[in-house]
Amino acid sequence: MATTLFTKKPRELSYNPKRPVWKEKPSALYQTVKAVVLIVFSLSILTPILLVVSTSLADTEQLVKAGGFVLWPERPTLEAYVTIFKGPMVLQSLGVSMLVTAVGTILALFVTITMAYATSRTVLFGRPVILAVLFTLLFAPGLIPSFLMIRQLGLLDSLWSLILPGIFGAFNFVVMRSFFMNIPGELIESARIDGANDWQILWRIVMPLSKAVIAVVGLFYAVGFWNSFFNALLYINDHSKWPIQLLLRNFVVQGSGAADQLGITTTPPPQSIQMAVVVVALVPILMVYPFLQKHFAKGVITGAVKG
Amino acid sequence: MNSTTEQAPALPEARRVPGPPGGNAAGSGPKKRKRNKVPQQSFRSRLRRDKQMLLMMLPGVAFLLLFFYIPILGNVIAFQDYQPYLGIGDSLWVGWQNFVDLFGNPDFIHAFWNTLYLAAWQLVFLFPVPLVLALIVDSLISTRVRRIFQSIAYLPHFLSWVLVIAFFQQMLGGAGFVNNLLRDWGMDPIPFMTNPETFPVMVVVQMIWKDAGWAMIIFLAALASIDASLYEAAAADGAGRWRRMWHITLPGLRPVIVLLLILRIGDILSVGFEQFILQRDAVGAGAAEVLDTFTYYTGVVGGGWSSGAAAGLAKGVVSALLIYGANKLAHRFGEDGIFAKQVR
Repeated sequence: MATTLFTKKPRELSYNPKRPVWKEKPSALYQTVKAVVLIVFSLSILTPILLVVSTSLADTEQLVKAGGFVLWPERPTLEAYVTIFKGPMVLQSLGVSMLVTAVGTILALFVTITMAYATSRTVLFGRPVILAVLFTLLFAPGLIPSFLMIRQLGLLDSLWSLILPGIFGAFNFVVMRSFFMNIPGELIESARIDGANDWQILWRIVMPLSKAVIAVVGLFYAVGFWNSFFNALLYINDHSKWPIQLLLRNFVVQGSGAADQLGITTTPPPQSIQMAVVVVALVPILMVYPFLQKHFAKGVITGAVKG
Repeated sequence: MNSTTEQAPALPEARRVPGPPGGNAAGSGPKKRKRNKVPQQSFRSRLRRDKQMLLMMLPGVAFLLLFFYIPILGNVIAFQDYQPYLGIGDSLWVGWQNFVDLFGNPDFIHAFWNTLYLAAWQLVFLFPVPLVLALIVDSLISTRVRRIFQSIAYLPHFLSWVLVIAFFQQMLGGAGFVNNLLRDWGMDPIPFMTNPETFPVMVVVQMIWKDAGWAMIIFLAALASIDASLYEAAAADGAGRWRRMWHITLPGLRPVIVLLLILRIGDILSVGFEQFILQRDAVGAGAAEVLDTFTYYTGVVGGGWSSGAAAGLAKGVVSALLIYGANKLAHRFGEDGIFAKQVR
């Protein structure tokens, strides 16, 4: 791909705190415009999150007084959370999402690692074949044929229909493969001469060297499985097998009688119950986000450049 | 140059060590052997050598076949009157009839134009935002401010569309935060989320909120790879900040911009499927019907499998042509495009 792009050694991303001598001092106007853009953008992201979390924690009295939303809970209470976990639906769908995410991520890593390693070393097929296959992956097979395939396999209303279509991602494959290709061939050769076979080399030499990239790709897959909602809409009818995203869609976005569907009688206002469900879907992402953020920029850039 | 090309055969040479010694007897006599070429082994001996590697590829290949290539072949039902109980084998072939019907169907035509309309909105208004953000962030001197802003800006990329739409509803919906404030101040609420006429704006705003920060990464990386001495030299020659941006920064970013545009164009007919499915009920099919939602509602919901598949196939073919055309165009302008013309 665009290999010419980064041939120069990248300047360090962490900046020299001193302004270069040749750079003119920015005018007050520029400074203000920049600051306003950055602050508005940041606030537009943080405010909804704060609003939702605060509202889920606020007590009835404050909510009623504020007319439905609060930006800061004065007397935080977990009442809304206690309520949603009393009914079966939220717990069930959390369980489904966790199961799908865990099994899906492990399978996805297995498929991606083996495929990436096998194609990263010279094998029967050369680079043109792999490039051609990658090229076809730019196109999607289409909604209807995919649906018919899942039905043909008898996976409708089975959790496998949420797992199997997501266990291989072209982007993650490219990132993984370009990392493996950078592992020095001598290491692998020496292991081979010592009598290790390809599986042993992968398990004992290559994977320990690639812990970081495996962690990142694994997190990407996990986030993907946790967030996927359309597959569930397509393939799952049975309410007890809904993942959390579908539950969220059905009674927060579509707002259809939250309490009835949750199988609970509501004492806290519906607003904070809805928000509590939003938070439940949000928290796992917020928890892995620091890990993701630490590594992803590097991964994305490797993938984009070496693709 | 020379040293790297000579190293190339080293790997296969060494790989043969544990294998049967007669491996290269069949394919390559010393006469045929060119200097820089991997010595040819017979297909069978290479097969034996790479047995375990091929075994490793099996799960991935099985996935691609089952969930990618066979479904692609499944698109043939677009040329059939597909009946689920008959299956692909026994359904009647109808030739181009489904496509003829489709292009006579006002709903499809509407979905088609609506897709193009929304795609144009996205291309014009969505694309520049990450670039501008990246330029601002790159100009920041304080590492701390950069870090903080980047951590905030990347976050929404990892939230699902369901969450994003939920956030927007709570903020801007009819009973949302902003409209509550407006009512308190004695003003009329604004139907941000349900007005079909402003829906394209809403879609773009949502996309910016979710992905503009993330799309910044690649521009930032490209900016960091521009040689700083160029700026210094230009400044010494008296070029001001705007001239430096025009003559150094933008040309330096050109390959990335072209690349991202091509990828975007190939994807453009998808406009943002989940986003539309989630909001179609709120704004109505008039504004939110695109090719993908048409396919979904006709095929899966309505049971019109063949027309759905035909709509999907039409979209796929147009997308493929767009990618191909954009890539060709990029080559013409001397850029690498998605794949470099010559494979090294």
